[in-house]
Amino acid sequence: MAEAAQSPGDPGTSPKPLFAGLSEIAISRDIPIEGEITIPVRSRIREFDNSTLNESVRNTIMRDLKSVGKKFMHVLYPRKSSTLLRDWDLWGPLILCVALALMLQRGSADNEKDGGPQFAEVFVIVWFGAVTITLNSKLLGGNISFFQSLCVLGYCILPLTVAMLICRLVLLAEQGPINFMVRLFVVIVMFAWSVIASTAFLADSQPPNRRALAVYPVFLFYFVISWMILTFTP
Amino acid sequence: MAAVDDLQFEEFGDAATALAANPDGSTISIEDADETPKHQPGPPRGAGREEDDELLGNDDSDKTELLAGQKKSSPFWTFEYYQTFFDVDTHQVFDRIKGSLLPIPGRNFVRLYIRSNPDLYGPFWICATLVFAIAISGNLSNFLIHLGEKTYHYVPEFRKVSIAATVIYSYAWLVPLALWGFLLWRNSKVMNIVSYSFLEIVCVYGYSLFIYIPTAILWIIPQKAVRWILVLIALGVSGSVLAMTFWPAVREDNRRIALATVVTIVLLHMLLSVGCLAYFFDAPEMDHLPTATATPNQTMAAAKSS
Repeated sequence: MAEAAQSPGDPGTSPKPLFAGLSEIAISRDIPIEGEITIPVRSRIREFDNSTLNESVRNTIMRDLKSVGKKFMHVLYPRKSSTLLRDWDLWGPLILCVALALMLQRGSADNEKDGGPQFAEVFVIVWFGAVTITLNSKLLGGNISFFQSLCVLGYCILPLTVAMLICRLVLLAEQGPINFMVRLFVVIVMFAWSVIASTAFLADSQPPNRRALAVYPVFLFYFVISWMILTFTP
Repeated sequence: MAAVDDLQFEEFGDAATALAANPDGSTISIEDADETPKHQPGPPRGAGREEDDELLGNDDSDKTELLAGQKKSSPFWTFEYYQTFFDVDTHQVFDRIKGSLLPIPGRNFVRLYIRSNPDLYGPFWICATLVFAIAISGNLSNFLIHLGEKTYHYVPEFRKVSIAATVIYSYAWLVPLALWGFLLWRNSKVMNIVSYSFLEIVCVYGYSLFIYIPTAILWIIPQKAVRWILVLIALGVSGSVLAMTFWPAVREDNRRIALATVVTIVLLHMLLSVGCLAYFFDAPEMDHLPTATATPNQTMAAAKSS
């Protein structure tokens, strides 16, 4: 560029067209290029993908199962922790709902007309009940997300599923009023546990002047499930 | 003029200036109510009620206007629109329930408790509780009545929950719909001072059903006389709440039509309670006789089957 700039600057020479000598400049040799170009190391990215994509199936399943198990512990010993809310998942509620619905199946097919709830009915009650309670909580102005609330309500069915298991075992023994009293006691205790556990997680998300309005449907929901468990006859 | 209106506080402006400042707000006049689609019953009734209050000299008119001016401006496809129907606190719900249990002559349930803030929380959850109360009490009552019989096998009768739900929810929503349509039609012929929106009628019906929850639980007692006394008490309480609510809305009309309306409301209410009693609860007297002769062994055998 220096040579091209000098030629129009010479006084006395005849006017030349602009940039006349430009084609004679060879850039690659006359103008040094400096600097560094670094190419990111591709192997590091591929290694990151491998960590979850190429791990064994056992690891993936164990990770999810551990997360579900940790949340079960949080339900059984309800403290004010945010683990249930922070990483919600719906695996636990699904496992519990399926277990409860299977255990509520009656063996006999003769009084299907007026008998206990069918498998689909239990499913519908649990999931639509949970959705209705969540919608109610959000409409009242709660600041909990939809799936977090579903997660908490589903996980808090755990005590009632344990009650169902105990009831089924107790029903294998001889039946009578004592049998009924034992089942009644177990169901009442587990019902109270469920309500307290879910209230511990859900009550904080509501403004204090509406807390009772948001908690009452939870009470009704677990009461209906407890009723289904208590009236189960094989 | 617009600047002056902007500086005014809501409670001091009347319907006309509020309309000028906020054309698509909640101060639409009564005539628009006829064109309103069913899912937007709330907003158009705001100004009508304000004019009613001013005509009646009600001292709640300031508060009514303030409440009406602040709410219900979201379009119906947003979540916030539906949140306005759940804008109640715990003590307000309790007050409304208490108002439905203690009907005092001359005190209108809608005027006193709802005050242009109808909520859907009460009607929905009272109906849900009533559905389960009737189904569970019916099941328990049948179990206790047939306790001594050898041939009785206890079944939870879960089908009846769905039947109860259908009956009660359709009563709580279709009857108010029919009543609202009827009142609208009469309003176009005779100018009534008092008119209710669809949600307020749903609200009154929902809260008036609350008395049936303890009634259903007490229906477990297997005595016919007790049950019919309970029916009469419940009908008296909730029927009078409904009658006192709707009498001001029809009294300007032809005498016979007004009376027929109120009588129909009470009659439908009675039909609901008697129907529920007849369907979900077995008759106690006829089946009670075999239990008197049941021996302790038979009682154990019947309890074993439960």
